[in-house]
Amino acid sequence: MKNRLNQSALHRLLSILPAAMVLVALSGCGPSGDRGSGGESGPGKTVVSVQGSDTMVNEAQAWAEAYAAVAPEVSVEVGGGGSGVGIAALIAGTIDIANASRDMKDSERAKAKANTGRDAVEFVVGYDALAVYVHRDNPLEEITLEQLAAIYAESGTTTKWADLGVTVPGCAGEILRVSRQSNSGTYEFFREHVLAKHDFKLGSTDLNGSKEVVEMVGNTPCAIGYSGMGYATDKVKMLRIALKAGEPAYVPSVDNALSKKYPIARPLYLYTLGQPEGAVKQYIDWILGPAGQKIVAESGYVPLPAKAAP
Amino acid sequence: MTEIPPMPAAGNVAAPVPRAPGRPRWAVVGERLLEWIIRLCGISAILFVLGIFYFVFAKAAPILLDKEFSLTEFLFSTKWYPTSEINVRYGTLALTVGTLAVTLLAMLIAVPFGLGAAIFVSEFCGPRLKETLKIVIELLAAIPSVVWGFIGLSVMKTVIEKTTGAPVGVNVLNGGIILALMSVPIIVSISEDALKAVPDSYREAGIALGATRWQLVYKVLLPAAKTGLLAAVLLGVGRAIGETMAVLMATGHAVNVPTSVLDPVRTLTATIAAELGEAPEGSNHYRVLFLIGVLLFTITFVINLAADLVIRGIRRK
Repeated sequence: MKNRLNQSALHRLLSILPAAMVLVALSGCGPSGDRGSGGESGPGKTVVSVQGSDTMVNEAQAWAEAYAAVAPEVSVEVGGGGSGVGIAALIAGTIDIANASRDMKDSERAKAKANTGRDAVEFVVGYDALAVYVHRDNPLEEITLEQLAAIYAESGTTTKWADLGVTVPGCAGEILRVSRQSNSGTYEFFREHVLAKHDFKLGSTDLNGSKEVVEMVGNTPCAIGYSGMGYATDKVKMLRIALKAGEPAYVPSVDNALSKKYPIARPLYLYTLGQPEGAVKQYIDWILGPAGQKIVAESGYVPLPAKAAP
Repeated sequence: MTEIPPMPAAGNVAAPVPRAPGRPRWAVVGERLLEWIIRLCGISAILFVLGIFYFVFAKAAPILLDKEFSLTEFLFSTKWYPTSEINVRYGTLALTVGTLAVTLLAMLIAVPFGLGAAIFVSEFCGPRLKETLKIVIELLAAIPSVVWGFIGLSVMKTVIEKTTGAPVGVNVLNGGIILALMSVPIIVSISEDALKAVPDSYREAGIALGATRWQLVYKVLLPAAKTGLLAAVLLGVGRAIGETMAVLMATGHAVNVPTSVLDPVRTLTATIAAELGEAPEGSNHYRVLFLIGVLLFTITFVINLAADLVIRGIRRK
């Protein structure tokens, strides 16, 4: 009996450990020494730690799993949290690669340089067409960037579906805005490219993950939300998007993203501190290669055009 | 047998203890050492509180000197735009109102429920049921908050959407119910202790005067145990205000001054948890998040102080 008690106490301690480590990493109190090309852990196993964009977390997980078969001596550890979290961890020097669905700001690059003495290096690993989702019963088919801004921006005046000329079955009329928390790269990309850097109207439901946004829109007839195109389900509808009224609207698709016809397509980035070396370099090269790019497509995103891939 | 000298009076422990004949020196020294260790334990609580307050305040303090920062805006504006590109604003009123709304609703549910359960367990039920109930209630207290949050997100959300027709099931009502469920076990076990601490002679006197069971509870036990009961409620409030994970998951995370219980809100704690990871250390955003910590501290302090004054007022009567 006593033995069992001890075991359960130990178990509890062990189960707390990862959470505690995440907290340390989150609060930026982690060791801020530089960790170049992956720390050693266990006999002969090199660890590459990756953190960041929630849009890319499924894709990054798929890369890591597939890479385990390619290079069994390397263990890739993937964490989410949002592009902001990944970039903050890169600035603190606690991870090897930051995933980001937005580019690193100059202020962030300067901070990384000041803190670790090395420049942040950028890799484009694919593209995402940022999709605008509504419930599948919503009769709306297309929307312009101006209309989106009128719904989401602080000064926007569109609050009812009737303002867009539709009546949504199962919804009283009010548009329910679903948005992302502010450390999300998707949030910043939307703010920059749809709201022209203006602020969001407060009172939107700010969710923690790309998948949650699509799930919530799928369960809520009144809702509108934005998320990566890789998260589409059959309970939601992706709207066609036009730059402005009168111009043709395009569906978020691989072709339209690559041809830049779709107005809110964006690159997906990896960032490292300094030119990557060793295991990290091999990993990034593999991601940019055919095997890694195939996973980009399988995750629902747009792989690099063949000529751009090295 | 040797005579043992009388123990030194309490409050006078530092005075040299006369060494009893036949007691080895190590025993005397060991006793003294233990005394100091225990004293240190007693004082440590104060040190920790002061230390934490100092740490949090020191991280937040530079923002108060910043020219662009306005304390009035921080306290009374509902505009929370910490990462804006064009106009950064740190107004926490919506977050404070969100925290208070969820806590208030939680207490409206938890206090009657918890006190009722405590009275039942302590006064009305048989010894076997009592033991079972106490174990189950303690089990309820042991459920981690992230599990409560999960229940809020998956079970309560659907129930609320189905029964109330609210467009979003994660809102004040959801958070309030989850927090109520989380604080009930604390309220029950502490109130039960408070009721148990009322001397049996009170109960016997009441019964001797011909009081019914209900009259006994209402006229004798509740007034006699009111200090303990208030403490129980306060600890419940403390749990509810300070809770992070469950409200982060169950309240909908929308910066919004609620006009009904079906509105989603965001709380102070959830804001700190969600944004501390992205705020670069030493930035204004980072400092404002710590200032929110100070604000939370102040809110709980004011509530505790008010309750303390109320108790003193009751005693003086």
